[in-house]
Amino acid sequence: MTAVLRHELRLYFHSLTAYIFGALLLAFTGIGAMLYNIQAAVSNFEFVLSFGSFVFVIIVPILTMRVIAEERRQKTDQLLYSLPVTTTQVVLGKYLALLTVYLLPLCVISLYPLIFSQFGDVYLLTSYGSLFAFFLMGAAFLAVGVFLSSLTDNQGFAAGIGIVVILLNYYSVALSEYVSATAIGSAAALFVLFLALGVLVRCLTGNEALGWGVCLVLMAAVTAAYLFSPASFEGLLPKIMAALSLFERFSAFVNGVFDLTAIVYYASVIIFFLFLTVQSLEKRRYA
Amino acid sequence: MISAEHLTKYYGDFAAVRDLTFTIEDGHVYGFLGPNGAGKSTTMNIMTGCLSATSGRVTIDGHDIFEEPKEAKKQIGYLPEQPPLYLTETPEEYLRFVGEAKGLKKAELADQLETVLLQTGTAGVRNRRIGELSKGYRQRVGIAQALLGNPRVIILDEPTVGLDPIQILEIRDLIRELGKNHTVLFSSHILSEVQAICDRILILSHGRLIAMGDAESLEQTLLTPGEIALIADAGIEETRAALVPLAENGLLSEDGMLPYSLNPQEDGRTRAVLRLTRDQNADDLCRALFFAFSGAGIALLELTPKKASLEDIFLELTEDRKEESAS
Repeated sequence: MTAVLRHELRLYFHSLTAYIFGALLLAFTGIGAMLYNIQAAVSNFEFVLSFGSFVFVIIVPILTMRVIAEERRQKTDQLLYSLPVTTTQVVLGKYLALLTVYLLPLCVISLYPLIFSQFGDVYLLTSYGSLFAFFLMGAAFLAVGVFLSSLTDNQGFAAGIGIVVILLNYYSVALSEYVSATAIGSAAALFVLFLALGVLVRCLTGNEALGWGVCLVLMAAVTAAYLFSPASFEGLLPKIMAALSLFERFSAFVNGVFDLTAIVYYASVIIFFLFLTVQSLEKRRYA
Repeated sequence: MISAEHLTKYYGDFAAVRDLTFTIEDGHVYGFLGPNGAGKSTTMNIMTGCLSATSGRVTIDGHDIFEEPKEAKKQIGYLPEQPPLYLTETPEEYLRFVGEAKGLKKAELADQLETVLLQTGTAGVRNRRIGELSKGYRQRVGIAQALLGNPRVIILDEPTVGLDPIQILEIRDLIRELGKNHTVLFSSHILSEVQAICDRILILSHGRLIAMGDAESLEQTLLTPGEIALIADAGIEETRAALVPLAENGLLSEDGMLPYSLNPQEDGRTRAVLRLTRDQNADDLCRALFFAFSGAGIALLELTPKKASLEDIFLELTEDRKEESAS
């Protein structure tokens, strides 16, 4: 695993990606710090992070698009398969390398509140609490990006899908106000969601029956639940959209709440998508 | 020792490899021979754990490649058809990564790194970017990667494809060198190459193993019977008469056991082609022919035994299968 980690880091710093990633992250938070902390003279550093979090839409796909897609295109994945390391070790090594690249600019950013505190009252606990949550949110997006990269051998495609997914996640709370809040609307949306899930399962396992099975069982469950208690479906869709938003969870920290459930949520997202990535890589062996 | 048992691999409905069973003994250079699409790469990918078989299993020194991948993979160095290189790295960085991933410790790694760089002749380019290197050098770096960790078996998938003639010769020499200390298995669709380097040959066609053995025994056992061509200084009737004693001795008959054809030439000579059956020795028949014609007082102007080459076997075996699968 450390071999993969070191190797990945070398690749990132050989190419421009690590530098572009770091530069954009620093630029966005830098602009935020200038606007909020310097010009508007607000002492809350967490607002800067809230402002800067939009940058994930661009920089996460830049960093993660090649991580597995490029291995596949250059056929270097065959080397990884033939080495005496497990797929889990490969994925973890790659993911830790991404985290390292991500942590370096965050170390620089972590100095900002300290600098500002020299010139006024900065509430350091919320600043660093938010920074920690900011790190976890980014780490969760990186895990999603790694998974998307494992689905294709086309970097551009991985990046494009990554941007769409993170953008939708960013606006999902805003959008949730416009979607149908009625019970039947929510049930219909769940049907569509499960259909998509079925397609995903079918793609990942290559097993038609399993894909349909998952989809139909879930749909049957929703239908039964709906017949049993239609009232519980009222406003369900907006609730789900808000619940799925990684950005929404972060806003709790910005408001000064150290939300443990959010941390558990981010950690689950990371584990879930890394697990899916391992499955996606393993599946290719069974193609 | 590698053993493959009843390997079968389906891509959808297409069977790339069908019921392959063979053993690779230590200390030999094995050649995997077959036309493109015969299933060579698929088989190698299964043997190295890059691909799963639909059914059947591969064991390396008793370790199943899928159940004990770590132990099994330590015994194998693999160079896939396209060398798996990271173009932005230098050979040294690349090999260091592979060595670390194979679990080599620091001193051991530094030691082996120097050895494989020297062995593959890549020491001179160790600090250049792999992307800048020629195809021949990239192939060498790929082989160097396979050698790290000192595996017992080296598996090379078409290592000479796309190289210029000089590079091909160099790589062949390298493979021969490797054969002294490792068991080498390499694939090729070029027969002369396999003949030149290997002492054991496996011929694949349409996903089936159709022949296995060393070059000589393949020639001897599988060989379509050879031919003997002769030109007698006599007309067709006299020539036929001269052959009669052979037929009476059971060496020759017109009804199938040993067919022959006679062709009158323009200058009054006769050309005959005799086809040998599998259990017949060409030398014995030549001797008999010589005495038969000298007894009949006819001069033999030409007497040429023709051995079928491995090339003929290869073509015949692979073509037969084509017809079979078409029918």
